[in-house]
Amino acid sequence: MVSTTEAPAGDIDPRITGTAGTESQWQLIRRRFSKHRLAVVSLWVLGMFAFVALFAGFISPNDPGDVKARYTFAPPQGINFIDRNDDGGWAIRPYVYGYDVEVNPASLSRSFVIAENKKIYLNFFVRSWDYKLFGLIPTDLHLIGPERSRDPFYILGADRLGRDMFSRLAYGTQISLSVGLVGVLMSLILGVIIGGAAGYFGGWFDAVTQRVIEFLRSLPTIPLWMGLAAAMPSGWSPLQVYFAITLILSLLGWTELARVVRGRFLALNGEDYVAAARYDGCSHGRVILRHMVPAFTSHIITAASLAVPGMILAETALSFLGLGLQAPVISWGVLLQEAQNIRTLATAPWLLAPGAAIVIAVLAMNFVGDGLRDAADPYAS
Amino acid sequence: MLTYIARRLVTMVFTLLALSVVVFVVIQLPPGDFVTSYIATLAASGESVDQEAINALRDRYKLDSPVLVQYASWLGELLRGNLGYSFEMQMPVGNIFADRIGISLAVELTAVVVMWAVSIPIGIYSAVNQYSVGDYLATIFGFLGLAVPNFLFALILMYVCYNWFGVTITGLFSPEYMNARWSVGRFLDFASHVWAPILVISSAGAAQLVRVLRANLLDELNKPYVLTARAKGLPRRTVIWRYPVRVAMNPLVSTIGWVLPTVISSSFVTAIVLNLPTLSPILLRALLSQDMYLAGALILFMGLLTLIGTLISDLLLAWIDPRIRLGMVGAN
Repeated sequence: MVSTTEAPAGDIDPRITGTAGTESQWQLIRRRFSKHRLAVVSLWVLGMFAFVALFAGFISPNDPGDVKARYTFAPPQGINFIDRNDDGGWAIRPYVYGYDVEVNPASLSRSFVIAENKKIYLNFFVRSWDYKLFGLIPTDLHLIGPERSRDPFYILGADRLGRDMFSRLAYGTQISLSVGLVGVLMSLILGVIIGGAAGYFGGWFDAVTQRVIEFLRSLPTIPLWMGLAAAMPSGWSPLQVYFAITLILSLLGWTELARVVRGRFLALNGEDYVAAARYDGCSHGRVILRHMVPAFTSHIITAASLAVPGMILAETALSFLGLGLQAPVISWGVLLQEAQNIRTLATAPWLLAPGAAIVIAVLAMNFVGDGLRDAADPYAS
Repeated sequence: MLTYIARRLVTMVFTLLALSVVVFVVIQLPPGDFVTSYIATLAASGESVDQEAINALRDRYKLDSPVLVQYASWLGELLRGNLGYSFEMQMPVGNIFADRIGISLAVELTAVVVMWAVSIPIGIYSAVNQYSVGDYLATIFGFLGLAVPNFLFALILMYVCYNWFGVTITGLFSPEYMNARWSVGRFLDFASHVWAPILVISSAGAAQLVRVLRANLLDELNKPYVLTARAKGLPRRTVIWRYPVRVAMNPLVSTIGWVLPTVISSSFVTAIVLNLPTLSPILLRALLSQDMYLAGALILFMGLLTLIGTLISDLLLAWIDPRIRLGMVGAN
């Protein structure tokens, strides 16, 4: 928006020249957001999650699907950084301790003991198992890994099949975050089209949409999601299931976004500049896209960002119950499925690690969403 | 008031019809009709399939008629109280309901009551003592309540109780009372088990209720009439309870609309993790084995529960707030 109105003299500090005194709406939003400290910290946390999701293969020291029966339920190894040798000297060099297996003579059950005499040194930028960076570039470079690639290295322990929880968690982040984003994108498309049409044209379409939204919001979501998810044919490929699940989530999730968009359209319909554009002979498309949408883009972004955690929680719940994503695919919910049994949980509490990831991610998203909501309307007092 | 009630009842009937359509679509979604898949499972387990029985089934559910006729006959059966037949569990859906409905309702209603009983005092406290230690604690717990999914909370609670106190908190009855008749002993046993699911189910909703009440009350506390009441020397307690709390409660009543769907959704997941003898594990099993008549009836029932709850909340709200009753503001 280019402002050409002359400000009355004395309103603007005469020392300010040029555009120094005017900031764009986005600059104002950014400034306002940066005052919300919790939101800024949360944004960094989310940035870390995004990094893990993008570079899951690079970060994972082990292949997430690699079954090693020898290390079933191996406990997490703590990384040590200061390496003391026998003659009292020390060096900074990361290492973990290996495992000894003890067999209980009475019950014959095996249990792992951290073996202080077996040091496994870790190197940065090691080459081990093959993966494709971003699904495109084949490479075998990893951030960190044991010196000899056959040594066990389990930062977060191993699961029932001796697979590395940390690597699985990294890959799960990829899927779980993307379900949230894709799901919200789909509900955003539905919400903007339906809510926008309802708010802009009003009339019977608006009335029907309102009733439908009210109806969908009065239903208990989880049982209904499950019903739809359960109806999926069992022969579908993981990719089909993935898209079906996100579609199901967004089919019931668009209502909130539609409400926001409709409300904004209704509010703006009464604005003078919108009426002026209409009297000027602009087409519906131009009135909407050129004059109305820029006025509430920030509100849509806010509403969308607040919808992402809900999507992630829903996907997690569905997958946890066995109705969502299925086993070869790794998501946080699929990972937590392993922790369903109290006995397993008692022997391997580290299987709950994906739960911590969920809580941190959802909290951070909520804080960022709150910060955005406060910043979305920089002209409000 | 009577016109208002009548109007709401008519809306509810239409909503219920819409719900039945959705549920019917869910029932129809799996590829192939259920009789075919039933035959397939029977054949897979080596049992012989009686062609006459199949024909009777196909005829009974009007599977060879157009979809609309199928829907009408299904709905008609429902209205006559015939909920259909569960192929997975080999018994009428109605019997399964009768077995478990009491426990389901007991757990859910107790959770709703506990949720309100806990969140109202906390909400009032944290609004009145804004930025106090208690307020910050309430805020932190509120955020955790929102961020921790119910099933995760249930898992953690299960782990903590098992590992630190040696107690398993799954189920609602000790083995000796499992199939016993109701008695004082069984009730006490039930009470000693039910706290865990109640705690989990009420946590998520309570967190949101506290937030809503706190925000409402903070708005009210800054209004001039509160200042007036204070200025004329009313004791602090009277100032808070007589006016602003009552005003702040109004929007809270309207939250029943979403509290019930939340409670039913979360009790669903919790009941499965904690292995409660409610309707939820049955629904999960029905869904996993695509026993769609049973699943459909259960989803319909859960929807019906929320609709009744919403109706009650609207009537309560109309009773409290004459503006809504008289149609001066929209009932939404």
